[in-house]
Parts: sequence; structure tokens; C-alpha cells
Amino acid sequence: MVKEKKKSEAGKNKKLQLAFYWAASCGGCEIAVLDIDEKILDVVAIADILFWPVAMDFKYKDVEAMKDKHIDVCFFNGSIRTSEQEHMAKLLRKKSKVLVAFGSCAVAGGIPGLANIANREEVFKVSYLDNPSTDNPKKVVPKTSVKVKEGTLTLPEFHDTVKSLDQTVDVDYYLPGCPPTPDQIMTAVGAIAENKLPPKGSVIGPLKSVCDECRFEKSEKKITKIKRIYELDKIEDKCLLEQGVICLGPATRGGCDARCLDANMPCTGCGGPTPNSLDQGAKMMSALASILGLEGEEKMSDEDVQKLIDQVVDPVGTFYKYGLPTALINRKVMKK
Amino acid sequence: MVKVIEVEPVTRLEGHGGLRLVLGDDGKVQDVQFNITSTRFFEKFLEGRYCEHIPRITPRICGICPIPHHLTPTKAIEDAWGVQIPPAAYKLRQLLQNAKQYSSHALHFYALAAPDFLLGPFADPALRNVVHVINQMPDVGKMALKMMDFGQKLCQAIGGKSVHPISAIVGGMKKPLDENVRDLFLKQIEDQVEWTKKTVDIGLKVVEDYWDVVANVGVVPTYYVGMTKNGVHDIYDGDIRIVSPDGEKFDYPPQKYLDALGEHIPEHSYATHMYYKPAGYPDGIYRANTLAMINAADKMATPLADEALQAMRAKIGNVPHHTFAYHWARLIELVESIEVIATLLQDDDVVNPDCKTLDVQPREGDGVGLTEAPRGILLYHIWSDAQGICKKANLLVATNHNIAGIEKTLMHVAKQVFEDKALEGLKLPDPWIK
Ligand code: SF4
Ligand code: SF4
Ligand code: SF4
Ligand SMILES: [Fe+2]
Repeated sequence: MVKEKKKSEAGKNKKLQLAFYWAASCGGCEIAVLDIDEKILDVVAIADILFWPVAMDFKYKDVEAMKDKHIDVCFFNGSIRTSEQEHMAKLLRKKSKVLVAFGSCAVAGGIPGLANIANREEVFKVSYLDNPSTDNPKKVVPKTSVKVKEGTLTLPEFHDTVKSLDQTVDVDYYLPGCPPTPDQIMTAVGAIAENKLPPKGSVIGPLKSVCDECRFEKSEKKITKIKRIYELDKIEDKCLLEQGVICLGPATRGGCDARCLDANMPCTGCGGPTPNSLDQGAKMMSALASILGLEGEEKMSDEDVQKLIDQVVDPVGTFYKYGLPTALINRKVMKK
Repeated sequence: MVKVIEVEPVTRLEGHGGLRLVLGDDGKVQDVQFNITSTRFFEKFLEGRYCEHIPRITPRICGICPIPHHLTPTKAIEDAWGVQIPPAAYKLRQLLQNAKQYSSHALHFYALAAPDFLLGPFADPALRNVVHVINQMPDVGKMALKMMDFGQKLCQAIGGKSVHPISAIVGGMKKPLDENVRDLFLKQIEDQVEWTKKTVDIGLKVVEDYWDVVANVGVVPTYYVGMTKNGVHDIYDGDIRIVSPDGEKFDYPPQKYLDALGEHIPEHSYATHMYYKPAGYPDGIYRANTLAMINAADKMATPLADEALQAMRAKIGNVPHHTFAYHWARLIELVESIEVIATLLQDDDVVNPDCKTLDVQPREGDGVGLTEAPRGILLYHIWSDAQGICKKANLLVATNHNIAGIEKTLMHVAKQVFEDKALEGLKLPDPWIK
């Protein structure tokens, strides 16, 4: 980082112009940026941060006033659910040279994308009408425009489904993770600072799976029953999948150092699909099918395998936790 | 002419929102609305999930306070399934919760609030942020970063990940704290306590400098909601405590929350408005968050924090309604969190591998979990079927608890600013950073 510092001192106005934005997000991606700790000072030394709602005072009109492509790199986190978020995605696309989908929500829809199992009417019904703590005899649900005597007040419109950033605008790079790790963030910032970005459309991350980074060895052992995490007895230094707990490691791109496995918890797949697969859930189900079965028995009938997989009562939440909006099955598993 | 003032977005806020203020021809404030625009409807999509997966889903409600969103649903499921966790797990979770409280309160004070005070309200908005504070006051900035970092690293060591933890499971904690790691944190405690004290000094100096603002702007009597354990301030476990505007206290066990807490659905915001049911809406509008917690407590759980609480009460009364005292209350909680962390790090239960029970069996029923998140009480009510699949969930999160109270306060302040021109006569200090 020292080198960049000098560079920026030489040409003060050549500092990188960065922006952060959050759409339907939890703020965790922003905290992940703060978690790079004192390296944030290095980043500030080489870059001007133009826009960062969680930490700085900037208003939408400031962005609107920028000329096109004024921002060098915009890190965009969160998925797209409302008209306001869609507008900001389009606006920031126009104002940025490079647009990075930052974190699982922007990359694939993320956990908020699980809302796609239902439509807007159904989610509103649960949250505003059916909750036991709501006191709502007049059956009010929030409206996008409310008439008051001073005029009409508006709220952003909720779309029927949650979308990823690239289902909304053109995206240059993807940085998956919920949230990305500080190392992943610094790798991306380093690549930008040194102008060593991969081809457009790339995922910034290694070409391996979480299993490749995991400290556990696989022993080709078969399992006959899928277990739930609280059923595991003591902590054993053994592959969780081979202990019977579903772990998405085989179907998930690495880059996180298999950090969940360090805590002896299964990977739930926030890194997104492995480099050469399109559908994370489909890949996991086939990995599961290959490990299920009786020791010594070469091949089970498809029917028996299906029976074992049917032990998974909640396939959507198990196999598509971070990417339902962009999954190939997408709406097929959902009712209309 | 009616004038509408809009602030979009509201920044340095833990969440997404816009502010709208309507001024009439006569210069009178007609309406103030704080719109929450980012609700993501977790309740609906928790239906159908494995209950034990919920603690790995709900942290995504808030990346700034994911730990309470990890622990509270775990408690709710344990309540529903009748699971008793070992004492070692209880202490580990307490430590995790306080580590988050510590980093979050440090972050809130230095990154979200301090820029206003250190630069003054009339500073250039482009400079009124934590980056500028770090540049101008590098010592303070580095200290702030080290405090946040300590809390975040401790969260990571216990929780597995600092943002979106994974270690709490139904039945306890997956893993105890590693002994060597524990010792590394213990070594830093002395510095952290020192920095906490320095932070309190800065805070008290700010209170003194801005006394005219603290004492006169946004003093709004409301109800308060907090959590206490036998009357003592607690952020991991306890009962709901309501405080009336004149200081009367009412306790409710978490499972009785429906007797106390109601949700009103406004048309103009995606977040519901909470109120104290027996007092009705809007009379029963309450505020949550730090000042509410402090007002609810008979005393703090630790000595230095309790001293700080008594000092505050001596100055502004037992149930102060001063909105700017929220920052003060936050510092008292900051002190408590580092004292609790120091005590628990020395307790061998946090490195005890016996931190999980296998006596876990899904059953049909419902359960409630309650904790205090850094910005208000957090309640999960979860219904499970016999297989342990979630049938229904009701979440009362800090944002909901605060919105109605925030609007009420904004209305009060807007009237002070636009009608009484109260700001013109206020004494303001010279900014620390110019
Ligand atoms: S990717 Fe994860 S951390 Fe980032 S905004 Fe989405 S839920 Fe939050
Ligand atoms: S399946 Fe999970 S536990 Fe097993 S090697 Fe892969 S990542 Fe590790
Ligand atoms: S182990 Fe899996 S769930 Fe955990 S951080 Fe890595 S990719 Fe995400
Ligand atoms: Fe709710």
C-alpha cells in the first residue's frame, strides 16, 4: 500500500473516486468494509470516497448532479426490491465507470431473496395483517401514495419479487459473500488500484470450492441418514457432510477460507456456485446423492436416492439460501 | 404556500429512511414523517424453514447488530422446544452479546454521532464524517478504530464470523472460546478500559459544551421500553420493562409481550409503529434504545457503569426525557459492556467445552426470545411444528420500537426549530475540529 500512497501524493486529483451504496441490504457489507480495520486508512490515502450513506452526509441530488462516469468504481450492495432501489441502481450505473455487485444480495439476491417464495401481497398480509401484535381493525397496509390535506405523500413501490443487481442493470464484477471477508475486499481494492482487474463479468474470487479450502479431509464414507446440526455429539475433526449434516462446501465457491467450518458449522453457501456450475442447489443435490447410500453398495436405485433426499423437508432454504432469485429453478419451486 | 422539506436519504443511520417535514402557510409545522423504506419481510420467509436454520438467516436483518438477531431466535426456539442450555453456554452468549454492544456503541459514538459534535452543526456536510475526524484527530480516530476492532474480533472469536455469527445452536454454543485466544483478549483489557474511560471523558465534555442543546432541545416525555433482570440492566436475558413518562415501572415476562406491546400500521411507512397497549395509540408511544434501557434500570450490572448512571441521574433526574441524553446513556452502557467483558473473560466457563446439550427434541409449540440489541429490545416469537419446521414468526425489532418515538421527537424538535426559533438563542461551543 505504501507505493500507492506516494502515487496519490504526486497527483492529488488523480485519486480513485469510489462510491458505496446499499439497496435492500442489512448494512453488513458496509461493516465488512470497516472490518478491514486500519487498512481503511490506506484506502483513504489512495481514494476519495464520494458516496457512503452509512458513514457520510450525501444526498441523492449530489449523485444526480455528477457527470456520467464520474465515479471510478461503485461498490453496490443489497438486492433490488423497491422502485427507489431500482432508480438508484440505474443512476449509479450511469455515473460509474465500473459497477461491482458487492455481497451475496447484489450478486444473487441473497437471503432477502428468500422472500421470492411468496409475492408482495402475501408478505404484506403476514407482516401487517396477521401478526398477533398488530392492532389493525381497518386492515391498513402501507400505501405508495397517501393523500393528506397538504398534498400527496409517496413511498417507494415494492416490487413483487426480489432481484439481483444484474437482473436490473449491467454489472462489471461480482464479489460474493455474506458479507465478503476483509481479505476478499482488499483483493478487490488491490486489483482496482493496480489496474489488474480480470475480464468484465468475472467473479473476483478463487477458482476453487469451499471443500478445497476446508481443513477437514473427506474419506469417501457413505451416509444413510441426514442429520440435523443439533444432533451432532462432540466436536470431531471430520467432514461434516460425512457426519451426516448437509454442508454446501462441495457446491460453493471458496475465498472465505472455509471460515464457517473453523467454527464447526456447515457451509450454507454464501459464496455462490462453484466456478463451473450454474446452479448451486442442483450441484449440491448431486453431491448429496453421491454420498448417500450404504457402505459397499455400488449403486443405489434413483428411487432410493430420491427417498433419501426427500428427508430434506426444506429444499429451498437448504440449497438456495443466498440465491433464490438467480437460481435456475427460480420460480418453479414457488407457487405463482 | 405549504412548504415540504425532504431529507433523502437520512444518512449515518443504521437503516434506510427518509424524512419529510410539512410546513404550513403560517410557518406552523403540520406534519413530520420518518419513512422506513427498506423492510425486507423476514417473517413471511421464515415460514417453512428448519427452526434451527433461523439463527443463520435472521442476522441478515441487520449487519450492524447481527448478534442479537442470532441469539434471540435461538432463545425463542429453545423456549418452544423446552431446551435448557448449560451455564457455560449462557455465559458465552452473554460475552458475545456484550462484545457486540461494545463495538456497536463505539461505532455509533465515533462514526455516527461524534462528527456532529466535534465539527459542530454548521460544518460542511462533505466533511462531517468519521473519515474527516480520523484525519483531524488521529489519536482519537485510532483509539476509536481499536475499540471497534476489539469488539468485532471478540465477536468473531466467539461467533465464528464477526458479521453474521454462526456459533449459537439450539441447545447451546457449538464451541467454547479457545483458551489461547481468550488470553490474547485478556491482555488487551487494560487498554480497552482506559480507552473507554477516555471516551466517556470526551462524551462528558461534549455534554458540557452542548449543555444548552442537551437541556433544551428535544426534551420529549414518552413511555420507554427496556429489559431488566430483576430490575438490573441486562442485555442478554430478562423481562420487558415499561417506564411511564412520570417514571412508573411495569414488568412483563417475554411470553406475556402481547399484553404490553402493540403494533399500529401507518400508511406512510413500511415499519410499524409500536406502543404500550394499556395506554393505547398514540398516547402509549414509547421510545427504545439506550436512554430507554437506562431509564428502565434500577441499577447497572457493574460498578463503574452504575457510578456513571448515578452521576447522570444526579444531573438530569431519574427518568430524563432529553433526546440528546441518548448519547450519554450509550456511554454508560459502553462502560458496562467492557466491565462485563473483563469479568467474563476471566471466568473459566467461557472456555468450558461443556457448552451444549444433546437433549434437544423438536416439538410442536411456540416460544419467545427476548434480548436487548444495541438500539432497542428485540423480540422473536416462533411457532414450530412437531418436526421442528417454522410455521409462523413474529418479530419485533428495534426499528419498529423506535419509529413512532422518533417521529414524536422529530415533531417536537421541528416545532422548536421552525415555530419557536429555539435554535437562534442556543449557546453553541466552538467546534473541536474546524
Ligand atoms: S450480502 Fe449479506 S452482509 Fe451483504 S447486505 Fe446482503 S445480507 Fe447483508
Ligand atoms: S463438505 Fe463441508 S465439512 Fe466436508 S470438506 Fe467440504 S466444506 Fe469441509
Ligand atoms: S463457509 Fe460457506 S457459508 Fe461460510 S462464509 Fe464460506 S461460503 Fe459462506
Ligand atoms: Fe412483526
